Amino acid sequence: MKQSLKLAGLATLMMSVSAIPAMAQEKIKVGVIVSLSGAGAVLGQQARDGFNLAVKDLGGKMGGKDVEVIVVDDELKPDVAVTKVKGLLERDKVDFVVGPIFSNILGAIHKPVTENKTFLISPNAGPSSYAGKECNPYFYVTSYQNDQIHQILGNVAQKRGYKKIYLMTPNYQAGKDFVAGVKMDFKGEIVEESFIPLGTLDFQAELSKIASMKPDAVLTFMPGGMGVNLVKQYKQAGLLDRIPFLSTFTVDESTLPAQQDAAIGMFGGSNWAPNLDNAANKKFVAEYEKAYNSVPATYAFQAYDAALLINSAVTAVKGDMSDKTKVIAALKKADFPSIRGSFKLSNNGYPVQDFYLTKVAKRADGKFQTEIVEKVFSNYADRYAKDCAAQ
Amino acid sequence: MTLTLALVQILNGLQFGLILFLIAAGLTLVFGVMDFINLAHGVQYMVGAYFVAAFTAMTGGFFTGLALALPAALIFGLLLELLIFRHLYDRDHLDQVLATFGVIIFLNQAVKFVWGAAPLNVPIPDALSGAIEITDGLLYPVWRLIIIAVGLLVGLALYLVVNKTKLGMLVRAGASNAPIVSALGVNIRLLFTIVFGVGAMLAGFAGAMIAPILSVEPGMGDNVLILAFVVIVIGGIGSIRGAFIAALLIGLVDTLGRFFAPTLLRALLDPSAASQTGRAIAPMLIYILMAAVLFFRPSGLFPAKK
Amino acid sequence: MNNLVDLDAAPALATPTRARRTRILPVIIFAAFALVPLALLLGPQSYVLAVVTRIMILALGAMSLDLLIGYGAMISFGHAAFVGLGAYSVAILASHGITDGFVQLAVALATSLIFALFTGAISLRTKGVYFIMITLAFGQMLFFLTTSLAAYGGDDGLTLAARSTFFSLKFMKNDLAMYYVTFGTLLGAYLLLRAIVASRFGRVLRGIRENPVRMEAIGFAPYRYQLTAYVIAGLIAGGSGFLLANQTEFVSPAYTAWQRSGELIFVLVLGGLGSLHGAILGAAAFTLLADILSHYTENWAMIFGPILILVVLFVRGGINGLFGGKP
Repeated sequence: MKQSLKLAGLATLMMSVSAIPAMAQEKIKVGVIVSLSGAGAVLGQQARDGFNLAVKDLGGKMGGKDVEVIVVDDELKPDVAVTKVKGLLERDKVDFVVGPIFSNILGAIHKPVTENKTFLISPNAGPSSYAGKECNPYFYVTSYQNDQIHQILGNVAQKRGYKKIYLMTPNYQAGKDFVAGVKMDFKGEIVEESFIPLGTLDFQAELSKIASMKPDAVLTFMPGGMGVNLVKQYKQAGLLDRIPFLSTFTVDESTLPAQQDAAIGMFGGSNWAPNLDNAANKKFVAEYEKAYNSVPATYAFQAYDAALLINSAVTAVKGDMSDKTKVIAALKKADFPSIRGSFKLSNNGYPVQDFYLTKVAKRADGKFQTEIVEKVFSNYADRYAKDCAAQ
Repeated sequence: MTLTLALVQILNGLQFGLILFLIAAGLTLVFGVMDFINLAHGVQYMVGAYFVAAFTAMTGGFFTGLALALPAALIFGLLLELLIFRHLYDRDHLDQVLATFGVIIFLNQAVKFVWGAAPLNVPIPDALSGAIEITDGLLYPVWRLIIIAVGLLVGLALYLVVNKTKLGMLVRAGASNAPIVSALGVNIRLLFTIVFGVGAMLAGFAGAMIAPILSVEPGMGDNVLILAFVVIVIGGIGSIRGAFIAALLIGLVDTLGRFFAPTLLRALLDPSAASQTGRAIAPMLIYILMAAVLFFRPSGLFPAKK
Repeated sequence: MNNLVDLDAAPALATPTRARRTRILPVIIFAAFALVPLALLLGPQSYVLAVVTRIMILALGAMSLDLLIGYGAMISFGHAAFVGLGAYSVAILASHGITDGFVQLAVALATSLIFALFTGAISLRTKGVYFIMITLAFGQMLFFLTTSLAAYGGDDGLTLAARSTFFSLKFMKNDLAMYYVTFGTLLGAYLLLRAIVASRFGRVLRGIRENPVRMEAIGFAPYRYQLTAYVIAGLIAGGSGFLLANQTEFVSPAYTAWQRSGELIFVLVLGGLGSLHGAILGAAAFTLLADILSHYTENWAMIFGPILILVVLFVRGGINGLFGGKP
């Protein structure tokens, strides 16, 4: 131990001698870290493509400087993500990190990025953990605070007068957030809070139980492959005609190609949908479909907005990234036209926006998408923002 | 009502077990007869599911898709055997594990490269997509009943082939002592190829049958592979009968465990503690079962080797 | 009939040149590790430090497994459980405000010891592939246990508030210090394991690998020796978990998943069994190959997979074999 202490001291000395003051960079560098392999690959691809599309629309420039985008794959492994993000920070010296998709990866990279005083823009993960006391001026979210999406379902269930509902979610933190989110507005009876082990693919046992309990509605949060399976099996079990299915992150454009007809008529909660009626969004959806041959989901549009947010800040400081407080001030203004329409940032860096109930439909061209049914919340800020000491 | 529900859960457990059996049957034969640990067995299941998805989309019908997917899975399996596995039979188990792990890495990425990372959809044939009403409001999907029937039929067919035919005799002999069989002048290479082909096709068949229920996606074979290994180890390596019984056991323990564990614990603990503990214990049950079986019978329930 | 470990390759008396080469190779490896930070002075890349630290941590886990697989023919498919125990000991204590590295390390080693004694005592009743599967079973049980630790992040894992402190000093916060602590541990573990395999205990262990019946007949109870080796390997892997938690400042149930146990075996076989330093070569090759390939193409796995197959088919004895090393 003593030996390595000495060595460490010696080496630290040498390192500090060699540290050359970072020279002003000619380019704006953005590192994109998303899951491109493993179970979440589709979501990561959507985010990457959405971001690249925005950079293309901006003519490859932000604030008059060229933009260099470096994409890395976190492999959905927290320790791999930490190493890769250190590469972005220290080897590539990026000005912004955009990512990740999943909350557990965010938990691993949040600290190294923000401690390095580099800006972290999450195009999807928005856990409560960084929204309140632990908020950080280097962390921004272009999606939502996770609870809000779940709250939509509880709110709708309450408004529709459902008396007893059945909750189903994977057994992990985000699942517990789902239950808490639903309970915020729903006051009726919850006949079952079913926590499913992560990675479960066959829901038949659960569906049998639902059929026998006959709730007024099933509310669920079942992301990725689990959701694909649940939706198909729900339809196969003949439940869709009998018990309404309300979900978050379960039926969206990333899973619909696999769910197809089985998902038609299912409800979701969202901050956006491809058919949201405004010119910027129509242009985005058309361009995205043309470039990547698939219907964009929220991951793509939120990454697109992340690029616009970065551009607004870089433009405001005229490409000079040296004064971080100015960049922070510019980011907080969020002075850009979001393709979701109304958009602001709270003091905690999380959005203030509208939320909708959506429904799956088949388009005239045979593809599937979610479509807006009704607006549930307007200009809605998350409930943790008040705990964030505004910096 | 509760009784019906319990019966339905038993049906669910059987169906899960029979799918596991379809996968494990090939694995246990290849392992038992050829002494070859094939980790790539799980990706053969995945490839079967992808084939049926691709051919169904191409031809427009599930059954034509299935009819094309089965020979394709067979050819694919034999191709793997010819190119790679054949060179591994006389290597030690660790080399086999490493090389077949390389095959997993390659194929998981290759299906993504060819078909994209998004899960694929395989629709159930219209005539079989309905559900049967067991009691008031309690429906059971027809397709799952078909899986149960097909699984039982394959089990019966394998039993007859292994126990009543000359080929089966050679397979049994090979599982208990391959070098002697070879010394007796049997073309062991041909026997290996047949066993391997059947195993590959069964895995592909399981993938094809499950494709309408589960999402077809890269990596879908990985966890199934581990479960299949649990099955063949509990059953005893090389034993079809053991694989059948162990697969049903695993299917039932897993399904019923998830269903009953929280309920049963509620008698001992307060409700929230019970459901929390139950959720933690349920996925462990099959591993506890395996550890217990191996503790009392270190070579599984029906060891083929004497 | 195959045996679990290739018997022919095992004993072979080394020729003098070969013996010299096998002695020189580890020296070169460790010298290279010691000098990596100096080489980095030419380019300020502390990213490389993080990668090489990860290589050494992976190597530490794989090397401890070499004692089991390479010298004892006990193929454990649940070795990542110990890495997880070590990592979670750090994270759970840190979340309660206990950041003293000595306390954390002591707890990490103690839990590893208990887990190794308990699971080893049961697992060693079985042989061959059944041993592989029962160790897998225990690994999976621990995996599901970590996913159900709701208070400590459950499936999401847990971020460390800070790296471990020693004598209340926060020097581990420095990546270079972290590097040399890892280096020192790896070197220490290597010398310890070298001493163990060269000792009477090591010779008995190899004797049991070759012929357990004969060893028993001449008065050595295989079970006791194997259990001791299992515990030693578990302790070292627990130590690698301690380092892993500190390096990533994050723990997750993924650390204990069966894929990680597979990765350890894989790294070890790739590098070369039964040589100890083979584990280091394997860890370096595995990490660097994946890292470099993924720079060039998203489909790096389609190149990585075939390379592995080719290595197995054409290079006997792993990478160490390439250098003429023999187990």
